[in-house]
Amino acid sequence: MSSNDEIIKTENLTKVFGSGKKAIKAVDDVSISIKKKEVISLVGQSGSGKTTLARMLLRLLKPTAGKIIFEGQDVTNIEGKEKKAYWRKVQAIFQDPYASFNIFSPVKKVLLDAFKLFDNKFTKEEKWRMVCESLEAVNFRPDEVADKFPFELSGGQRQRVMIARAHLIKPELLIADEPTSMIDANLRSGILELLLDLRDTEGTTIMFVTHDLGLAYYVSERLLIMHEGKIVEEGEADKIISEPDHPYTKQLIADVPKLSEEWLLE
Amino acid sequence: METLKLLFKSPKFIAGLGIFVFLFLTAFIYPAVVDKNPFEMVGLMYEAPSSRYILGTDNFGRDVFVELIHGMKTSLIIGLFAGVIATAIGVTIGLFAGYKGGTVDNILNSITNIFLVIPPFVILILITVSLRSRSLAVMGLVLGITSWPWTARAVRAQSMSLRGREHVDIARLNGASVVEIIIREIMPYILSYIFMAFVLQVASGILNEAGISMLGLGPSNVVSLGTMLSWALLFESVRSGAWWAFVPPAITIALITFSLYFMNTGMDEIFNPRLRS
Repeated sequence: MSSNDEIIKTENLTKVFGSGKKAIKAVDDVSISIKKKEVISLVGQSGSGKTTLARMLLRLLKPTAGKIIFEGQDVTNIEGKEKKAYWRKVQAIFQDPYASFNIFSPVKKVLLDAFKLFDNKFTKEEKWRMVCESLEAVNFRPDEVADKFPFELSGGQRQRVMIARAHLIKPELLIADEPTSMIDANLRSGILELLLDLRDTEGTTIMFVTHDLGLAYYVSERLLIMHEGKIVEEGEADKIISEPDHPYTKQLIADVPKLSEEWLLE
Repeated sequence: METLKLLFKSPKFIAGLGIFVFLFLTAFIYPAVVDKNPFEMVGLMYEAPSSRYILGTDNFGRDVFVELIHGMKTSLIIGLFAGVIATAIGVTIGLFAGYKGGTVDNILNSITNIFLVIPPFVILILITVSLRSRSLAVMGLVLGITSWPWTARAVRAQSMSLRGREHVDIARLNGASVVEIIIREIMPYILSYIFMAFVLQVASGILNEAGISMLGLGPSNVVSLGTMLSWALLFESVRSGAWWAFVPPAITIALITFSLYFMNTGMDEIFNPRLRS
C-alpha cells in the first residue's frame, strides 16, 4: 500500500488507564492503517478497547504511547488551532443518540454550533442554507425540525440529525461508534444507508466501531478484529468471514445469530 | 418550564416562598415608608410591650419593633450577599475541578478540602477581629468566602458525572473552549441544584451573621438581628425578664432560615423525582 491513498494510520498506539498494579492496558500497541474512501469496521466485544481506540483517533483522549499520523502529518500532540483544523477533517457519530444532544438546545443550534470549526468563514444566510441542505440530505424538512428540541425527536431522528451534522462539516474521516446499536432494528438499514451515502457523494472515509460482526460484514470492505486491546486479525471482510484465522474471530462468527437455526442455550 | 409549573404547585415551596417574600417585603418597604431611626432612644430601659411600643424597648430605651425591621433588612442583605459570593466561588471551582479532572482537580480539590477542615467560625472570628470597620459588604464577603467549600464539592461531583456525556464530546469536536463547554454543556444541567445550594447558602449566611454578631463582631453602625441578640446578652435581658429583647430577633432568624430550608426541601422534591410523594 502506498502512503498516498492512506488517510490515517497509527503506530504502536497504546493507552493505559490507571497506574501501578491497577493499570489496565485498554489499547495495546495497535498499528492500523485506513485507506481513503474505504469503509472499514473495527469489531470487538465490550471492553475490547475499540471505543478507547476510536476516542484516541478523534483526539478526545491522550494516548499513553505511540503516534497517530493523519495524511502524513503527526497529529498525536497537536493543540489549539491545529486541533480545530483536524476536527474539520475528522468527525464522529456516537452510540447514544439521546446523550449526544444537549437537552437545552434545539436542532438548529446543534448544527449551527458546528460552524465554530470554520472560524466565521460564512455569512448567516450561507450558514442557514447549508444547514437546510444537510437536513434535506438526511430526509428532513428543515422548517419542520430546525426548531425542535431533542426530546421531541425519536432516537432514529436524532441519529439522522447527527448524520446531518457530519454532512455539514463534510469531514474526510467519519468515525461512527455503534451508530445503530440503540436504534430500532427496522430503522437501522436507513441510518446505515445515509452514512454510506456520505461516502458516495462526499468521498468520506468511514470507520464503524461495532460489536456486531453481522453489521460490520454488511457495510464494510475491510474488518479489524479487536480483542483485549490488540488487533488480532485484519483484512477483506469476505476473507475474514470465510477463512477466519484467530480463534476469537471464529467465535465471533459462530456467535452471529442465524434465523434459520435454533439457538443453543448452554 | 414543566418543572417550574410543578414547583409552584408544591405546597412546601409555596409556603417557604410566601414566608420569605413576606419578611423580605416587610424588611424593605417598612423602613422606606416609616421614617423612624432604629438608634433613637425613645423610652426607658426595658419597657414592656405596650400600645406605644408593640415590642417594648431595649436596654438603651430604643423601640424593639423598629430595630427588628431594620435588623431584618441588614441580615437579609448580608445573607444574600454571602449566598451570592459563596455560590459563585463554589460553583466556579466545582465546575472547573470536575470538568478538567487530573492535576487541576487535584489542586482545586486540595484547596477545597483545606477550607473544609478549618472550622469556618474560627476564620470568621479571626477575619472580623482584624477588621477595623465592618460594613455590610465586608460582612457578606467574609461570610461568603468561608462557606463556599461544600458547594464546591457537591458541584464538582455533579460536574464530574456530566463531563463523560456524549454531548460534551460533540461540543469538544466543535472546537468549543473549556469555558464555553462548562457554561453551555454542563452548567445548565445542574442549574436547579445550584439554585438549591444558593438558597441554603443564604440561610447559613444569615445564621452565621447572627452567630458572629452575638460575639460582638457584627457589622458596625447598623442594627442586625445578631447585634440585637448581642445587646440583649450583654445587658442581662434574660435575668431581668425582658424577653421582648431577645425573643423577637430569635424568632425572626428562625423564621427566615426556616422559610429558606422549606423552599429548598420543596425544590428538592421537584428536581429529584424520586422524592416526589
